[in-house]
Amino acid sequence: MAQALLTVEDLYKSFGGVTATDHVDLQVIPGEIHAVIGPNGAGKTTLVAQLSGELRPEAGRVTFDGRVITNLPAHARARLGIARSFQITSLMLDMTARDNVALAVQAHAGHSFRFWADARRDRDLADTALVGLEEVGLADRADQTARIMSHGEHRLLEIAMALATKPRLLLLDEPMAGMGVEEAQRMIGFLAGLKGDKSMLLVEHDMDAVFALADRITVLVNGQVIASGAPDDIRRDEAVRRAYLGDEMVDASGSAD
Amino acid sequence: MKRDALSPANWTPRTWAMAVGLAILALLPGYVELTGATFYLDLASRLMILGIAAVSLNLILGHGGMISFGHAAYLGIGAYSVGIPAYYEIHNGFIQIPIAVACSALFALITGAICLRTKGVYFIMITMAFTQMVFFAFVSIEEYGGDDGLVIEMRSEFAGLFDIEDATRLYYFIFASLLATLYLVHRITRSRFGMVIEGARGNERRMHAIGYDTYRYRLVCYVIAGAICGFAGALLGNFTNFISPEMMDWTASGELIFMVVLGGTGTLFGPILGAAAFVLLEEWLSAITIYWHFLFGALLILVVLFWRGGLYGLVDWIGRAAWRKRS
Ligand SMILES: Nc1ncnc2c1ncn2[C@@H]1O[C@H](COP(=O)(O)OP(=O)(O)OP(=O)(O)O)[C@@H](O)[C@H]1O
Ligand SMILES: [Mg+2]
Repeated sequence: MAQALLTVEDLYKSFGGVTATDHVDLQVIPGEIHAVIGPNGAGKTTLVAQLSGELRPEAGRVTFDGRVITNLPAHARARLGIARSFQITSLMLDMTARDNVALAVQAHAGHSFRFWADARRDRDLADTALVGLEEVGLADRADQTARIMSHGEHRLLEIAMALATKPRLLLLDEPMAGMGVEEAQRMIGFLAGLKGDKSMLLVEHDMDAVFALADRITVLVNGQVIASGAPDDIRRDEAVRRAYLGDEMVDASGSAD
Repeated sequence: MKRDALSPANWTPRTWAMAVGLAILALLPGYVELTGATFYLDLASRLMILGIAAVSLNLILGHGGMISFGHAAYLGIGAYSVGIPAYYEIHNGFIQIPIAVACSALFALITGAICLRTKGVYFIMITMAFTQMVFFAFVSIEEYGGDDGLVIEMRSEFAGLFDIEDATRLYYFIFASLLATLYLVHRITRSRFGMVIEGARGNERRMHAIGYDTYRYRLVCYVIAGAICGFAGALLGNFTNFISPEMMDWTASGELIFMVVLGGTGTLFGPILGAAAFVLLEEWLSAITIYWHFLFGALLILVVLFWRGGLYGLVDWIGRAAWRKRS
């Protein structure tokens, strides 16, 4: 097996009585899309939050590119090359789409203790931001205030911002959440286009998306990993069927191959 | 394209408001010369000093979303930085003003490092608490007059190059300071640094996620705002020829917030309009009724409820409406 980009060992986190992350082990190999699935409340978002640095685990270890990052704050992890999107859209709503992405570009371009030159006239920022918006198909919305954009556009903007920091690992928390069928299809196509280029940990409820994109799937239930492996193995796994997928889902995806 | 934006034909109503406002301030001494109404010179001097303080507060409150209820501390620190050296017969402004700016920056750095670890109402309370500490510290120092304050015998003089003893000269000194402050803040808010401050107000969580240690940027912003307001304090000490702890009473901090909100948070010139409204209303209303604070309150409520953009936003709205009618 290739050297893992991200290694999670024995991660543990609880909220009061609820164990949200129960001794989770997981790896993301460079270039792969590793999907994490599980029912509502399984602890997927909590896991992402611990990987991105927003939450501290109570026990366990997170290693990124050979470096232990368990105690690094979120902004330091972002600088190492871990970017995330949020399940519930999280943007600077009063700024334009371009400014949102430009800020992400700027974050990647070194420190921002520059007090004099007009940032919006900085071609390096504005042009790179526009390229980022083009990639997700939002170029014509660049000067729109984020607040008035549609939900689907918000989801795309989330991705554009994450990509603008030139990450090596993308943590995507339900990027298709709340999208229409057509929009979701576009997003799947877009993520498929990034495959091989960017390593991803993809949390997703949409099984079509998961089976279309994932190289490996980890199934989380009540904070525990109940199965992890290739999509075909997961599809056939008894415990997964019982806990999560349900027969119709397996049938539906089974008939697809 | 760049030149077009600078030509008055393409100015927005806001730019016009600022240009007209600054032109009035620039020409006022001439009017006073003709009419002998020196009272207006005093009024406008105070207005501009409070305006500078409000602009600095707006940098953290409007642009940064940091609602400091203790900004008057810097007015006091700045004024005492003129008054205390003057007490020891050090009148050199090249010494006094750097002291004012440095002490304010240091106070902002130390208190900001603590305050900025808190959020929301805790931030408001703790900024207020620090200012109260300074307030009581100066009340207790008998040497410098305690709560009676201290008269400044002589205004700052600048190593024999120039002085501001004369009211008109002081006025222009304040006016130049105002222009410099506006330009400085204009640049800062549009810079990369300014974008980060703006972003951190909008969504701090997202800013962390893309790699910003927002705490550090906010702290630097807090220090810049404190330093500018300390400078305003040095002007205030010179203007009033008097220092007292009352300058940093919590109501003084509240009045600065009032100016920012009334004028328009997060705008360049709004706080100046707010300061102007404050000073003029205070002057006129207090002559009519002793309950003028009540009218202030009512005005603020109206602005907050119905006109979030403040006076500056109102100017914008009227300007655009007039423009639509014409075309
Ligand atoms: N901040 C919190 N405080 C208390 N409990 C929490 C907190 N965050 C999550 N939990 C609990 O931890 C468990 C895991 O939540 P999490 O949001 O990680 O699930 P999820 O797998 O992302 O669910 P979904 O599919 O609905 O997004 C849930 O039982 C949830 O109620
Ligand atoms: Mg979730």
